[in-house]
Amino acid sequence: MAHQMMEPLIMRDMTGAMVPALATEWAPSADDPEVWSFKLREGVTFHDGSEFDSSDVVFSYNRAMTEDSDYKELLASVKEVRANGKYGFEIVTNGPNPIMASNLTNLFIMDEDWAKANNAVKVQDVEGGEETFAARNVNGTGPYKLVSREPDTKTVLTINENYWGKDEFPMEVTDIIFTPIQNAATRVAALLSGEVDFIQDVPVQDLGRVSSTDGLKVITAPQNRVVFFGMNQGDADLTTDDVEGKNPLADKRVRQAMNMAINRDAIKQVVMRGQSQPAGVAMPPFVNGWTAELDAVPANDLDAARALMADAGYGDGFTIQLNCPNNRYINDEAICQAAVGMMAQIGITVRLDARPKAQHFPLINKLETDFYMLGWGVPTYDSEYIFNFLMHTKGEKYGSWNGTRFSDADLDAKIESLASETDLAKRNETIGEIWAVVQEEILYLPIHHQVLNWGMAGKVNTIVAPDDAAKFKYFTLN
Amino acid sequence: MLAFTLRRLFQSLVVLLVVGLVAFSMFRFVGDPVDNMMGQERTDADVERLWEKLGLNDPFIVQYYNFLGRAVQGNFGVSYKQARPVADIIAEQAPATLELAAVSALLAITFGIGFGVFTAIRKDGWASHLIMSVSLIGVSLPTFLIGILLIYLFAVELGWLPSFGRGDVVNVGGWKTNFLTLSGWKALILPSITLGLYQMTLIMRLVRSEMLEVLRQDYIRFARARGLKEKSVNFRHALKNTLVPVITVTGLQLGSIIAFAIITETVFQWPGVGLLFINSIQFVDIPVMAAYLMLISVMFVAINFAVDLLYFAVDPRLRTDRSGAAR
Repeated sequence: MAHQMMEPLIMRDMTGAMVPALATEWAPSADDPEVWSFKLREGVTFHDGSEFDSSDVVFSYNRAMTEDSDYKELLASVKEVRANGKYGFEIVTNGPNPIMASNLTNLFIMDEDWAKANNAVKVQDVEGGEETFAARNVNGTGPYKLVSREPDTKTVLTINENYWGKDEFPMEVTDIIFTPIQNAATRVAALLSGEVDFIQDVPVQDLGRVSSTDGLKVITAPQNRVVFFGMNQGDADLTTDDVEGKNPLADKRVRQAMNMAINRDAIKQVVMRGQSQPAGVAMPPFVNGWTAELDAVPANDLDAARALMADAGYGDGFTIQLNCPNNRYINDEAICQAAVGMMAQIGITVRLDARPKAQHFPLINKLETDFYMLGWGVPTYDSEYIFNFLMHTKGEKYGSWNGTRFSDADLDAKIESLASETDLAKRNETIGEIWAVVQEEILYLPIHHQVLNWGMAGKVNTIVAPDDAAKFKYFTLN
Repeated sequence: MLAFTLRRLFQSLVVLLVVGLVAFSMFRFVGDPVDNMMGQERTDADVERLWEKLGLNDPFIVQYYNFLGRAVQGNFGVSYKQARPVADIIAEQAPATLELAAVSALLAITFGIGFGVFTAIRKDGWASHLIMSVSLIGVSLPTFLIGILLIYLFAVELGWLPSFGRGDVVNVGGWKTNFLTLSGWKALILPSITLGLYQMTLIMRLVRSEMLEVLRQDYIRFARARGLKEKSVNFRHALKNTLVPVITVTGLQLGSIIAFAIITETVFQWPGVGLLFINSIQFVDIPVMAAYLMLISVMFVAINFAVDLLYFAVDPRLRTDRSGAAR
């Protein structure tokens, strides 16, 4: 919802491409690669009529870098932000950061005076007991203005007549009434009965029902999210298996066999009812570094897999626990159930433990699972984001979602070098090298790229955005 | 009487404290709230810092003690999800639940007693058999299924009634009410039937069996023999004497209607405290969960306390026995 009302300097359009929002031009400055300079859009006003200029940007960035902000990690390399005249803005980084711009697409700009007047200078601090004004009110520059807001019930927006892009975008949707409906069956019913014109996340079993109804349609596109299994391959022994004294997952042949045993096409056809894109790499196809070769789906060769298992000394198989969320990804638990059957074909007995996400994710972070499901979306659309969180050795700054216990000093060095490599060709070469290692080692078992389904009335025209964010200013009606 | 009341009050307090203790000992199994509160970019250090800040590293007894300390001052903390005071959120959402519960209870009582009397008087008529058979559905089908069935029939196929939400509400001094708009009333129909159906069938079956029992009594036969009108016999004499157990059960069921509104509210996206509670479980919003559970237990304890006192007032035997024992 925030994207309707507020804007970052640079935003992503419905295809995922970066386009100017409050900044019209941006580039690392020619003489100093550690400085990114931005030219800000002139003549923009906030919803309350006050003028937008560089002081608002400096204020918003400093606010996003405070300790309580969710955003500070993406700004970790920022040393300082400063205004350069009324419509110039500069970010100084610790060492050059060639992809700084792609980290900024969700950092919304607030009006400095409004925030100060309404005691919203600090980011909301839950334990403080105070409710900041910004938690319930919005003063942005975006295409829609907030009319009323009841959390979890109803949010009403109306068109911002003074929007800078009023002539540039269709802006045919003039009023937005956002009513979250959590129960999937009720959500579909509300669309079928015509009470709502647009819903996100049509359950796969209802796709046929919606698209076969007169006056309704479903549009579908791959999401920027890949779903995969992670395996503890670093520990000497596992706690959730029945092999004493050694770790079967540490043997590359076992991981290869598991990779071959997963029948991704069957998961697509049976579990996902055709609504997925089988994956060969733990990277969504929109991301810089993705190639069709990397994403080639591994062959489902059970004989070869059994031979590898026998080779590794596990011809009689072993037992292991698989941890799986049951309310996070589309049909997550059903995918895991399918995997249980597929692993059984090569002798691996899998005990499935499916839990709500709030219980599942801590297992990965606290290294309490040896075999787990995880999904990953890449808001920066760059491989470095994946490497930092999933491939780098788990530590203070990096690898916070790496539950594989995999650790390789050379690879870590290469990953860290990406942050300051200004030669993009060379940087992409390094990205390719890192992926080669990840694929060779079978660090993860990719399953598929999720597919998004948006259901809507026939009069609504749009494409599906890979980040699942419906930006209504792009929608047209007929 | 005073000693009895005080003893009951003390027992009620103990029950409340134990409920809270059990609730707090369970929260750690619901999951990690911090995981939902931060984006996927957070580092392990951030998680640790927030845990410490929210006091989640303390033993649950300490967390419970701190909660109670704040709660007696009327401070239930700030919701992790909405970042607003929990007391405000609950006050905002409670009217939706209370109105839904009130309408459901009214439906359940009216139709429950009406059908109960009807099936008792015409116990061999075809209509009675039909009602009795249909009432089995009310007892045996799960609430969410009834809700979905009603939605598909009345919202999707017929298009008469809304499938979700409260419709238009009118804000009367901070209390958002459904009762003042047509769309508010329309929105109430399906959820209140869903919520009240079980209680309706329960009351109906209770009234029917009590009524059949009473109709066999001698004084009813004598009333008939005296030539009183059938209507007067059935309603003035028979029904009146069946109502004592019905009132007791209805009172206790009222608490259940409010507490079990959770499922109905989830199906109909009804913005009451039940939906709030479900959302808070998914988000591991501990302050909201704690406040809701305490609120519901206060309600149940209060209802039981009131029922105990009512017994005391209604049943003279209880009084004489006790005073006799004291002497």
